[in-house]
Amino acid sequence: MQIKDVENLAELARIELTEEEKIAIQKDMGGILEYVKMIEEVEVGEIKTEYNLKNIWREDEIIPRDFDKEIITKQFPKSQDGFLKVKKIM
Amino acid sequence: MIDLKNLTIEKAHEDLKSGKYTCRDLAEAYMKVIKEKNPEINAYLEVFDDVFPQADIAQKMFKDGTDTELTGIPFAIKDIILIKGHIASAASKILENYIAPYDSTVIKDLKKAGVVFLGRTNMDEFAMGSSSQTSAYGVTRNPLDPSRVPGGSSGGSAAALAGDMALAALGTETCGSVREPAAFCGLVGLRSTYGAISREGIIAMGNSLDQVGPFGKNVRDTEIIFNLLSHYDKEDSTSVPDSLRMNLKPKSSNLKPTKIGVPWHLFSEGVDPLVQENFNQSLEKFKKAGYEIVDIELPYCKYSLAVYYIIMPAEVSTNLSRFDGIRYGFSADGENLLEVYKKSRAKGFGREARRRILLGTYVLSHGYYDAYYNKAIKVREKIKNEIVKAFEKVDYILTPTVPITAFKIGEKMDNPVAMYLCDIFSAPANLSGVPSIALPSGLSIDGLPFSIQFMAPHLCEKRLFDIGKKFEEIK
Repeated sequence: MQIKDVENLAELARIELTEEEKIAIQKDMGGILEYVKMIEEVEVGEIKTEYNLKNIWREDEIIPRDFDKEIITKQFPKSQDGFLKVKKIM
Repeated sequence: MIDLKNLTIEKAHEDLKSGKYTCRDLAEAYMKVIKEKNPEINAYLEVFDDVFPQADIAQKMFKDGTDTELTGIPFAIKDIILIKGHIASAASKILENYIAPYDSTVIKDLKKAGVVFLGRTNMDEFAMGSSSQTSAYGVTRNPLDPSRVPGGSSGGSAAALAGDMALAALGTETCGSVREPAAFCGLVGLRSTYGAISREGIIAMGNSLDQVGPFGKNVRDTEIIFNLLSHYDKEDSTSVPDSLRMNLKPKSSNLKPTKIGVPWHLFSEGVDPLVQENFNQSLEKFKKAGYEIVDIELPYCKYSLAVYYIIMPAEVSTNLSRFDGIRYGFSADGENLLEVYKKSRAKGFGREARRRILLGTYVLSHGYYDAYYNKAIKVREKIKNEIVKAFEKVDYILTPTVPITAFKIGEKMDNPVAMYLCDIFSAPANLSGVPSIALPSGLSIDGLPFSIQFMAPHLCEKRLFDIGKKFEEIK
């Protein structure tokens, strides 16, 4: 993995990295990928991986919950008039 | 003076019931030890200020006759489990000020039973680690030897229990995070069947792997907690429904499960000779007690940890994308929205969390998805089938819990793969969803605990408790 690959991943993952951190990550990733690469040699043949899983749905009903609006809104890092405030996006 | 060292849940219940001491006396005894030991051990990130009022409520349950076996029992709770009105930080800076708006299902259950919550315990950040050293709030030390780690990621819960700073504790497991600290601290730790215990209100790491797990000083304590928490929860879409619980429960038979399968080839190398010797001695004890020991081959299980280190980061990168500095938690300033995300995540996440997010982003990215993620889920299916098949021949699978004993603080921090290898024996249970229990199996000459672990078929926790109790008799 090259430094520019690390930069690309950091961009995709929305994490700012310093130059030293990029080098450290490059080294760590090298070691980890070297280890997990062993799965390349596994012969799996034809295999179904759907696990018989299915989505669990529920009706969109209004059910009273034990938390109130306050405890959520007062945790907004930035707010105005009880609304969440974010940087301009347009 | 209450003898905390030898106290168990059953014993404490008996004493509280007979009025030998009150719930408040018991809570006070633990608070005293916490005050003494926690500054050094750092098991608790926060000790709650309402411990005594909680104890008084529990005492009232005894008076009213509404008490349960867990009423008044002081618990330590991992900082990843939501308790309404309390901070739940997952030992991360990014959630340093996050207050849980609701109770997780396990906390609701424990509250109903009258448990006293002492505080929230330290852990590896977002449960990522095997030594509780990646916490943003300092390392936790092993109460049996403070120069060593307590294991992780649920190291604070294990240290609290082993240091007599709680009578019981909850942790969570994605791959060994209950069993490994149980092993390092000389405790019993259970990783239950995937979907047995609700995960509603648990901060997620790897959704196809995560489970809540109890710690106990003995098997019975662990069983009492599991029995309370194991039930269907409609708030958790991965919770095993009652119909399936009935179907998968082993049919009652007169035959006692006595066949123990040992996959020797999985630990032909990389295991500390002392751990190996202790394992062999434990095996001898089972032989003497009439158990049949069978060699088994689990060829795909050898890839468990590699598979885990692809699937888990993939799920981590997805789960942790929700922490963006916008709605709650730590938020850094930036010129625009994108900068707020990037800076909040850069300063909010520690090194290991960032490492796993980037690794997960990599294995899921175009061009690598097939080689890594897609391949890993196929091998996982093979591992799962292989384990289910093994249980057609044997009743248990037995390995050491961890290849080593508790290591020194500071060790393995610069070598992620060396750290990951602590969980080499944990991965098969998490990948296949079967339950597994870690049992203390003696002490080294340096006084460090050894541990063995059993796996059993899906939903056969009872079988694990049975053999665990047997081991307590014969060891």
